[in-house]
Amino acid sequence: MKTNSKLQKRLDAGQFAVTAEIGPPKHASGEGMKHHADMLVNHVDACNITDNQTAIVRISSIAGGVHIMSRGMEPIVQMTCRDRNRLAMQADLLGAYSLGMNNVLCLSGDHQKFGNHPTARNVHDVDSMHLIYLVRRMRDEKLFFSGEEIKRDEPRFFVGAVANPFADPFEYRVDRLEKKVEAGAEFIQTQCIFDMERWERFMEMVVARGIHERTHILAGVTPLKGWRAAKYLQTSVSGMIVPEEMVQRLKAAEDPKREGIEIAIEQINYIKNMKGVNGVHIMAIAWEEVVPEIVERCGLYPRPPLPE
Amino acid sequence: MRLQYNPNVRIVEMPCTGTIDHRVLLTAFEDGADGVFVAGCLEGDCHFLKGNFRAKKRVNMVKKILDEIGFGSERLEMYNLSAAMGPRFAEITNEMTGRIRELGPSPLNKGKEGDAA
Amino acid sequence: MIIAMQKPINDVAAMVKDYQKVLLLGCAGCVTVCLSGGEKETEVMAAALRIKRRLEENPMTTVTYTATRQCDPEYIEALDNLVKEADAIISLACGVGVQYVAERYKDKWVVPALNTNFIGGSTLHGIWEERCGLCGDCVLHMTGGICPIIRCAKSILNGPCGGSQYGNCELGKDIPCAWQLIYDRMKGLGKLDLMKKFIPVKDWSMARDGGPRKARREDVIIG
Repeated sequence: MKTNSKLQKRLDAGQFAVTAEIGPPKHASGEGMKHHADMLVNHVDACNITDNQTAIVRISSIAGGVHIMSRGMEPIVQMTCRDRNRLAMQADLLGAYSLGMNNVLCLSGDHQKFGNHPTARNVHDVDSMHLIYLVRRMRDEKLFFSGEEIKRDEPRFFVGAVANPFADPFEYRVDRLEKKVEAGAEFIQTQCIFDMERWERFMEMVVARGIHERTHILAGVTPLKGWRAAKYLQTSVSGMIVPEEMVQRLKAAEDPKREGIEIAIEQINYIKNMKGVNGVHIMAIAWEEVVPEIVERCGLYPRPPLPE
Repeated sequence: MRLQYNPNVRIVEMPCTGTIDHRVLLTAFEDGADGVFVAGCLEGDCHFLKGNFRAKKRVNMVKKILDEIGFGSERLEMYNLSAAMGPRFAEITNEMTGRIRELGPSPLNKGKEGDAA
Repeated sequence: MIIAMQKPINDVAAMVKDYQKVLLLGCAGCVTVCLSGGEKETEVMAAALRIKRRLEENPMTTVTYTATRQCDPEYIEALDNLVKEADAIISLACGVGVQYVAERYKDKWVVPALNTNFIGGSTLHGIWEERCGLCGDCVLHMTGGICPIIRCAKSILNGPCGGSQYGNCELGKDIPCAWQLIYDRMKGLGKLDLMKKFIPVKDWSMARDGGPRKARREDVIIG
C-alpha cells in the first residue's frame, strides 16, 4: 500500500536512496537541527531523527521531525520500545502523522543503563517486532493495537526496521530480518558496516532467500573521525564489529578525519553495486557536515527527480 | 617444647577452624575479649579439606561487620600454622598480644578493671 | 524462591535507634536458603546491633526467634507472646513477611532488615540469580525453558536485539543474552522453526501492571 512518503516513492521505483541521521540536542532549541537539515536537504532523501539515542535525553524524535520538515527535509521518526508503552506509542504515531510525517523506524532501543538516567523504569511494553506489525496494521487494517477500529484518518506510515548483521547469533540474523519483513517492515536500515566480509555473507543469504525483493535494504555507513572513535565503537558498543585494520589505518593516517571520510566513500562505492542493496544510510552524528561531500563523491548527487 | 606464651591468651580448642561460625567470634567480643585470633592449619593442609578457607572467609566477614558498626576490625585476626609449629604459635600470641596492648582494652570494656600485665 | 539480601547493618540500626527492646524475627523459608534471614543470620545481626548500641552508650536488649515462615497467618499468630515484650520488631523475612508482621502488630514499630531482590535460584553455593519475571502468563514452553521476560533485559519476545554479541547481553559480559541461550536450546532440540514464529504482544495486565494480584483455590476454601 502506498503512503505519502517520498522515500517510499523512490525506493519502490527502484532508485538508490540516500538517508542520513540527525541527533537532536540536549536542550530545548530546534535551531541546530534546522541548521543540519539545511546542510543536508539537497543531498539526502530523508533523515532519521534519533529517539533518546543511547538512552540520553534529547528533544523527541517527533518534535525534531517538525523542525526539519520546516526546512523541507523529509523526516524518518525513530521510535524505540524502551521509553513508551503502547498508549504513548499510538498517541505519538497519531500525532506524528497528523503533523505530516510519513516514515517510522521501529527499534528496541539501547538499555537505559547506558544513558544519563540509569535509574529510570524500563518500559518495553511491546518489542520492535510487535511495533512493526502494529504500525503496519494501523495503516492496512485501520486498527489500534488493541484491535479497535480507527474510524477515520488512520496514520499511514512507511514502516521501517533495523537489521544488525554484526550481532550474534549470526546464523539467526537473516531469519530475524525475514521475521521483521513478514511482520511488515518495508524498509530496513542496517547497523554501520566495517566488517565487509561479514556484510557480504549476510547479503548473500538475504538475496538467496529473496528478502531483498520483499523489502528495501539501506546499508548503514558511518564516517569515523579518527582511531579513537573506531576503537570506541570496536570495544564499547555491543553488537558492533570494527576490524583492527580499520583502527590501524586511521592511526597511521596523517589526516585522520580526511581518512575517515575516504573510507566511508570507499565503502559506499563498493556497497552500492552489491545485489540487494537499495540505498545507503549515512550515520554521521555530530559530523553531519561531511555528509554532502560523501554523497557527492559517491556519485549520488544531485538526487534524481522523484518518480511520478 | 616448653616455650612461653603470654598468660593473657585463653585458648579454645576446636576440631577444625571450619567449625567456628560468626556468632562465636561476635560473642567472644561481646563477652569481653579484647582481641580474638583464629589459628587454622596451613592452607592446603586442612584435614577436612576446606575448613580453614571457610574460617578465613568468616573471619573476614566478621571483620567487615566490626568495621561497619564502629568497633574496628583490628582486634580480630586469622593465622595459619601447623600443629607442629610451636615457635610460630608463640610468635603469633606475642604479636597479637602486642597489638591489643597497643590498641588498649576493648571499647566494650571501658571502665572495667583489667589485668593488663 | 524469593531471594533477599541484608540491608547495611547501620541502616537497620538507624531504623531502631529509638527503641530499647527489640525482637528480631528470622524466617525459616526462602531467606534461610539464601542465607540472609535464617536463624544464624538473625543471631549475628542481633549481636552486631547490641555491640553497636553499647559502643554508642545507648544499649538495647534483643530477643531472636526464627519463625517457620512469615507468610502464613498461623505462624505469625504464634508470635503474640514474644511481641508483647518488644518495643520494636526487625523482620528478617522478605517483604511479604515484614508486611504480615506489621499487619498483625499494628501498634508495634516493624522494620525490614532485608531488601527483597528477585525470584530466582542458586547457581553455585553462595550465588543466586534471577530467573522468573512474574509475568503471570508463562511462556517458557515457547522459549525452550528460558524466560525472555526477565532474562532478557528488554523483555523482548522476538529476540535477540541488535546488542547481543558473543553470547552476551549489551549490558555486560557477565550477563548471557537470553535469546542466544534460547536459540542454542532450540537448536539442540531441533526446534529452530519455532524461532521464526511471531510471539504476539504480551498481556501485562496479568503481571504487576494489572494491579495487586490474588490467587484462589476454590475447592479448599471452606470458611
